[in-house]
Amino acid sequence: MSVYPWLWRHLPGSGWTRVAVALVLVVAVLALLFLVVFPWVEPRLPFNYVTVAR
Amino acid sequence: MSRWRVATRTLGELLITIGLVVLLFTGYELWGTNVYTAKAQHELRGDLVREWAQPAPAPTTPAVIPPPRVQLGHAFALLRIPRLGSDYAKTVLEGVDVTTLKKGPGHYPGTALPGQLGNFVVSGHRTTYGAPFNRIDELRAGDVVGVETSAAYYVYRVTRNEVVEPTAVDVTHPVPGQPGVRPTQKVLTMTTCHPKYSAANRLIVYARFDRVVPKTQGLPSELRGA
Repeated sequence: MSVYPWLWRHLPGSGWTRVAVALVLVVAVLALLFLVVFPWVEPRLPFNYVTVAR
Repeated sequence: MSRWRVATRTLGELLITIGLVVLLFTGYELWGTNVYTAKAQHELRGDLVREWAQPAPAPTTPAVIPPPRVQLGHAFALLRIPRLGSDYAKTVLEGVDVTTLKKGPGHYPGTALPGQLGNFVVSGHRTTYGAPFNRIDELRAGDVVGVETSAAYYVYRVTRNEVVEPTAVDVTHPVPGQPGVRPTQKVLTMTTCHPKYSAANRLIVYARFDRVVPKTQGLPSELRGA
């Protein structure tokens, strides 16, 4: 079984509860990305060097 | 389901997920970073205006205007460029480290201060983080670059621009491009990345000091813009 169907089947609750749990999970993942992962990755990528240095 | 199908499905889901994360990252870069900088600029400008409102001995003749006091990571000036909009005013901080530049354009520590003999060097983002220097390539010779401090408005006028290697530190020397030469002029240099969304080169815009106007006389007409 592939990833998302497996996740869906292992979520607690049934019907709308399960949808709610899934939404909470999605929001948690987005928060992790925007607040932790992206700010960490960003200065390590070469898009934004504006100063001159040796 | 056969093993093969499970494997290809999982791979497909993984690739779609990676694609979504990359898209989200683009959103973060183009939108999220601007939100951060807009908030920082708003707060810094408020602090600066309040600080300037404190009563201080107001100099009346240009000769005795003191240079602004700077502290690493703290705001000390407003950069006004009417060509980029009559409301273009960015709060300038002391320092050019990553954290400082996220909040706004930064002054190279150790280079001249506004109105001082030598080179007042400021770096700013071309893209993301409010992109204060996004359009400095549009500046033409004679265009006004104003630096507002607690005591005065310093008016500089653009002389030229050039694209240099990221290692060209000599643009920050007291006489740009001439290491070890004693300055006889007051100049301003802006650095940013070039081309947009790349770190391959740096765009440098040079300006020369024109005049200084004490705060008491109000915003000079050339800084009001169209």
